Amino acid sequence: MNVGAPPVRPGKAGGVVLVLGATSGIMRAVAHELARHGHDLVLTGRDRAETETLAADLRIRYGVRTRARQLDALAFETHAREIEDCIDDAEGQLAGAVLGIGYLGEHARAQQDSLEARRIVDTNLTACITLLTPLANHLEANGRGFLCVLSSVAGDRGRQSNYVYGAAKAGLSAYLSGLRNRLHHSGVQVTTVLPGFVDTAMTYGKEGMFLVAPPERIARGIVRAVDRRRDVVYLPGFWRGIMLVIRSIPEALFKRLRL
Amino acid sequence: MDGPNLFRSEQLSGWGRFPVERANLYRPERGAEVGRILTTAADPTYISRGLGRSYGDAALNREAGVISHVRLNRFLGFDANTGILECEAGLSFAEIIQVFLPRGYFLPVTPGTKYVTVGGAIASDVHGKNHHRDGTFGRFLVDFRLQIASGEVLVCSPEQNRDVFWATVGGMGLTGAILSARFRLVPVESAYVEADYQKAPDLDAALAAFAGSDEGYRYSMAWIDCLASGRSLGRSVLMRGNDAPRERVRAPDRDPLAPPAKRALSVPFDAPSALLNRFSIRAFNGLYYSSHRDATGRLVDFDSFFYPLDSVGHWNRLYGKRGFVQYQVAFPPQTAEGGLRALLERLSGTRRASFLAVLKRFGPANEGLLSFPFEGYTLALDLPGASGIEEFVRTLDDLVLRYGGRVYLAKDAVLSPESFAAMYPRAQEFVRIKRRLDPEGRISSSLARRIGLAG
Ligand SMILES: Cc1cc2nc3c(=O)[nH]c(=O)nc-3n(C[C@H](O)[C@H](O)[C@H](O)COP(=O)(O)OP(=O)(O)OC[C@H]3O[C@@H](n4cnc5c(N)ncnc54)[C@H](O)[C@@H]3O)c2cc1C
Ligand SMILES: NC(=O)c1ccc[n+]([C@@H]2O[C@H](COP(=O)([O-])OP(=O)(O)OC[C@H]3O[C@@H](n4cnc5c(N)ncnc54)[C@H](OP(=O)(O)O)[C@@H]3O)[C@@H](O)[C@H]2O)c1
Repeated sequence: MNVGAPPVRPGKAGGVVLVLGATSGIMRAVAHELARHGHDLVLTGRDRAETETLAADLRIRYGVRTRARQLDALAFETHAREIEDCIDDAEGQLAGAVLGIGYLGEHARAQQDSLEARRIVDTNLTACITLLTPLANHLEANGRGFLCVLSSVAGDRGRQSNYVYGAAKAGLSAYLSGLRNRLHHSGVQVTTVLPGFVDTAMTYGKEGMFLVAPPERIARGIVRAVDRRRDVVYLPGFWRGIMLVIRSIPEALFKRLRL
Repeated sequence: MDGPNLFRSEQLSGWGRFPVERANLYRPERGAEVGRILTTAADPTYISRGLGRSYGDAALNREAGVISHVRLNRFLGFDANTGILECEAGLSFAEIIQVFLPRGYFLPVTPGTKYVTVGGAIASDVHGKNHHRDGTFGRFLVDFRLQIASGEVLVCSPEQNRDVFWATVGGMGLTGAILSARFRLVPVESAYVEADYQKAPDLDAALAAFAGSDEGYRYSMAWIDCLASGRSLGRSVLMRGNDAPRERVRAPDRDPLAPPAKRALSVPFDAPSALLNRFSIRAFNGLYYSSHRDATGRLVDFDSFFYPLDSVGHWNRLYGKRGFVQYQVAFPPQTAEGGLRALLERLSGTRRASFLAVLKRFGPANEGLLSFPFEGYTLALDLPGASGIEEFVRTLDDLVLRYGGRVYLAKDAVLSPESFAAMYPRAQEFVRIKRRLDPEGRISSSLARRIGLAG
């Protein structure tokens, strides 16, 4: 439920934000938070009807302007064109983009079926790169804006239970680190978000979940991180400590654990 | 795709926290998943669930499927010319108020908590303080989309699929899952009610006040002291009012449509059951009555007027781990006085105390086959879940039946199939429609099995 402060009136806005993967549990909450702050939004999702439903909802709730676009993360060859259309939708007012496309997949299957493994890598890494490439170039040319991308704590260290996903997210985090380095010089902020477990369809009903955070909490953290032009944020913040410990375990010991 | 069909095995209860049962809780993220869950039929039966504010077992399904609609909570459209809102059924009244009260609209009918969903409001055909004038929530419905067991989606309105419409309005989720609905919001000039408070020293005085002057008020109810006995039996404080016009809220620094923000309290854990005993409740009730003064034209913000209990989150924990039973009955005009008197005598004569019982006049019934309200009077009260509570409530059910009354299913946890059949004479019509929509009985709930509606 989104029972918070009353909606901000339109007009106070800080430009249009592109929300890639708007149908995700976390991104739904992010879109609310952005609209509540008065941003107009361009939303993309592979489920057209659902994306349009979200766009209508945000319009009615917050009085902002929204647009829905269909975008399949695995149709790489369409990405440059789609991003161009999204940028056009923003009518010169693009402030930045938040990207939350991801696919946890079934690790057990990915261990047997390399196509499942490939799908995990394609969705979490390749697609993000093919979408961010034209976006980064656009923002760089403008000399301002932000890119905020959802990676995962799973990318901080490979574990036997989800290392394909973890590898893709590790790749994504490395990509973002490099992109941040490049774009910093042209005034574009790149924010890497590393969520712990979040209560969305990705985790609902799955085993082995703990310290599961509500998506609204993560969304507030994401928008705050963008506002403050943060580089890397763990959400909730305590995951930073947890991952520090997990990363510091020597490999010789780590390999014996069942994680 | 994985994910959507996943469930979580959970201990669930209604707001009364009695009974508590294990079920497989599904939480679809989009409307299309509901049909997939129903037709996959991984569980023997399914029931829809909103915010779980029904008190008993209406939104429970022991060892079977429960479909939570809370993530299906999107506004779909609003027509400012007609005030007609379209939304998904999991949207809460709280969110509707948050978005539309600042724009000058309010709900046409609201229960005593805003933490209910539109689907729950339709399935229980909820009534509010304005029932004597405006009827139930069902009256303001334009139409809704109902997904039945086969996966088919029916558009139902008083014109289209009329019989399914009136089986679903008040049908406790047993015809299928309501996906979305359209209904009318009502324009208001302010977020305040102009309220009159009037004490009535006994039941006769309370009923006389209702009968004499209710028509002058859009909103009307009374708090009644269930523990008072003898000459004070039924002593009450009537609280009645009308929407305050804009001019009444004139402070320069005040937006008439934005009431002052309130601090939220919450009961963080279960109170020890001993805290709430007959002495503390009697003392509370006595204080409540004696501290009220008659007053007219008092400006009260909508939250305090409609949702006094919502300002204390999880107040149901006050009753401790054993939970409680809400008991709400309605009596027809001819027998109301006798029925209420008999019920109040029974209550004040036992050690089973109740906080804040509510008395209210109902207007005429609608065509809902299982819709609760009918013309007369209704009384709602809490009974702490002490041992023997079920037997005690059954004796109340018998008493209510003798006076031609009925029990509200949204609050019930105890009613027997025989009493139910006697109280709801149109139940057989309901069952015929349900069998037609759901021949294999795939939509069911713990309530349905308990009262013999499982099909
Ligand atoms: C403090 C308090 C005060 C109350 N005051 C009043 C009052 O004044 N008047 C009144 O009428 N009621 C009152 N109620 C009862 C409440 O309004 C009803 O129980 C209402 O149905 C709760 O809505 P919910 O969303 O929580 O539904 P739940 O409790 O989750 O479910 C209630 C019923 O609705 C069905 N349902 C829910 N969603 C759907 C759907 N999408 N499709 C099909 N079926 C569905 C369920 O199967 C179940 O049978 C009060 C409750 C509380 C806790
Ligand atoms: N939940 C967690 O515990 C958690 C933890 C760490 C990181 N994250 C990351 O946070 C982000 C959001 O996840 P979430 O928890 O909100 O999960 P989610 O609800 O499952 O969201 C995943 C999103 O990715 C989209 N997607 C997947 N494949 C796609 C494709 N081929 N084309 C287009 N869109 C595709 C999904 O679209 P559909 O809606 O159409 O399926 C959905 O919007 C992901 O990057 C995830 O890896 C999540």
